[in-house]
Amino acid sequence: MRKFTTMLGAVALSMSFAQSAMAEKLTIYHWFEYIPQELLNKFTAETGIEVVMDTYDSNEALLANLKATGMGNYDVAVPGDYMVNIMRDEGMLDTFTPSELSNFSNIQDQWLNVSFDMGRQNSVPYQWGSTSFMVDREVYSGDIRTADIIFNPPAELKGKINILDTAGETLAFASLYMGIPQCSNDRSELKKLSAMLQEAKVNWASFNSDGAKDVLASGDAAAGMIWNGFGAKARAERASLEYSYPKEGYLVWADSVVLLKDAPNRDAALKFMDFLLEPENAAAVTNYARYTAGVKGVEEFLDAELVTSPENNPPADAPAGTFVEVCAPETQALYDAIWTQLKK
Amino acid sequence: MAGIINQTSKTTDGAQTSIVDGKQHILLLPAWLIIGVLLVIPVILMLVYSFLTQDFRGGVIWEFSLEAYDQFFFDRGLFGDEPPSIEWTYIGIFWRSFLQALFAMIFCFLIGFPTAYFIATRAPQSRSFWLFLVTIPYWVNLLIRTVSMKFLIRDNGPINTWLLSGGIIDEPISMINTNFAIQIGLFYSYLPFMVLPIYASIERYNFALSEAAADLYSSRWVTLFKIVIPSVKPGIIAGCILVFIPSLGAFLAPDLLGGAKNFMIGSLVEEQFKGQAGDWPFGAAVSMILLSIIMVILLFYARAQIRQNDGGH
Repeated sequence: MRKFTTMLGAVALSMSFAQSAMAEKLTIYHWFEYIPQELLNKFTAETGIEVVMDTYDSNEALLANLKATGMGNYDVAVPGDYMVNIMRDEGMLDTFTPSELSNFSNIQDQWLNVSFDMGRQNSVPYQWGSTSFMVDREVYSGDIRTADIIFNPPAELKGKINILDTAGETLAFASLYMGIPQCSNDRSELKKLSAMLQEAKVNWASFNSDGAKDVLASGDAAAGMIWNGFGAKARAERASLEYSYPKEGYLVWADSVVLLKDAPNRDAALKFMDFLLEPENAAAVTNYARYTAGVKGVEEFLDAELVTSPENNPPADAPAGTFVEVCAPETQALYDAIWTQLKK
Repeated sequence: MAGIINQTSKTTDGAQTSIVDGKQHILLLPAWLIIGVLLVIPVILMLVYSFLTQDFRGGVIWEFSLEAYDQFFFDRGLFGDEPPSIEWTYIGIFWRSFLQALFAMIFCFLIGFPTAYFIATRAPQSRSFWLFLVTIPYWVNLLIRTVSMKFLIRDNGPINTWLLSGGIIDEPISMINTNFAIQIGLFYSYLPFMVLPIYASIERYNFALSEAAADLYSSRWVTLFKIVIPSVKPGIIAGCILVFIPSLGAFLAPDLLGGAKNFMIGSLVEEQFKGQAGDWPFGAAVSMILLSIIMVILLFYARAQIRQNDGGH
């Protein structure tokens, strides 16, 4: 599927080359299924700037591709919180001043001074949400407010579980389940984590990220890790799916639109960021992707059902979500080894 | 075509004639250019990268290092301070991929050989029609075919629904996310690579030999194994190589149909370049090791061929 999305991107790229050799162009590198085409069309209609989009399916794939092809190909990208830090360390980000964006003041206060971009010098908020799991309640009707569902599943769910094929989120989620730090150097903790995952894997059916919604909606999997908005889309196709906020904790993330270094069209990139800070446009993304916008004043433009959807409204007694942490290189190598052992 | 060659050959221009006769290597120039630019340079790049130092999260540092090969062959424990022992993880991944490719090759042969034989024994004017039928599914992109296969064999897909409604089974047969599913995917992806070269060989086979064997009271099976198969062996071997090698590096079928639970060589390499590990030298080293193994196999095969040909003359 990831090949498919890349290919779609390539086709779109070549087609728009043919169409618009002369027109001004904005090239964005974005997650799959994360922005409605109508919104891109609206941007083109308002500004006259053609939009070309390629897609990726993980923060790591975004980084790998930018590293391999170099900067200067894309104007903006949409990394997750921790990846903003990594990309800044890699020197991949350009800075801007608040005065360059007329809608800068629309950024919600809680997303203005964030640990990964204090005062927002490289990025503006896109959408935020959580990573947890869903369960098909027709298959299993017991308690699902625990990550035991994934790592120590009841008999009904054994062999019917899909796992996100992204080492970072999956290992962080497992660490929360075990109550150990995300970037541990402790031998016994890491060995326990690895052993727990090896045991749990026996009950898993597949590893799939961009198909995480499809496997649940089709019934191939009866439980599966998923991002909350993607889960809301799955529930729209299969009503018996329920998103869980497990008591051991779950992951939260905040994606941001970053201004890339050596952007071929920096002005268009800033116009696009400004465009996405318009409440109406931010709400259009939310209505499509089913996550939550970090922009003030979106409420009046949101679909009514989103305001009350279970995926976007954790129960009052749910713990707070946890961000994925960035580990030091030598620690990261240990987690890479655990992942390889898991999939060997 | 024949007319053109005759005409040109009659001219007195020697260079022209030698081009047409294929004596001048200039005809190979486009092929050499493409192989040089698109194959040799990337492979050399990989070879160089496999001996460099890993940069954190992708990329390389230009310092010589054997770290990547060390990681492949030696296990020094999770923390790297235990005495080295042989690392079975990656050997295991290679072994699994080889087995999988071997099975795909065998299944493709078992189905592909009779198919090719059938087509080659039709009336000459209808053969191209049968070949045409074989190629029809391949007008569709490999990814689309693999995804369709997934829809077909999933627990509540058409096959299980049909078997259930027919009362043939009570519980859906779990096919998706199994090795069986991977085999189906590989088989479906690479079958024509087996059928076409075998067909080309059988088409050139002189069926008078089979008739002669029958006249000498050879049974059909003996004729098949002693006369037909040895005669069309080059086609069979070409077909086997064409199926085996792409199956070895396949990752679409293992990913989509097998559930990506276990690394194959292809997905192991992909993870090094695209995943969180970001270990480019290791990914390059795995590719170089795979390349070396395949080259050794092909060299042995080529030597055996040469010896056989020498013995024949």
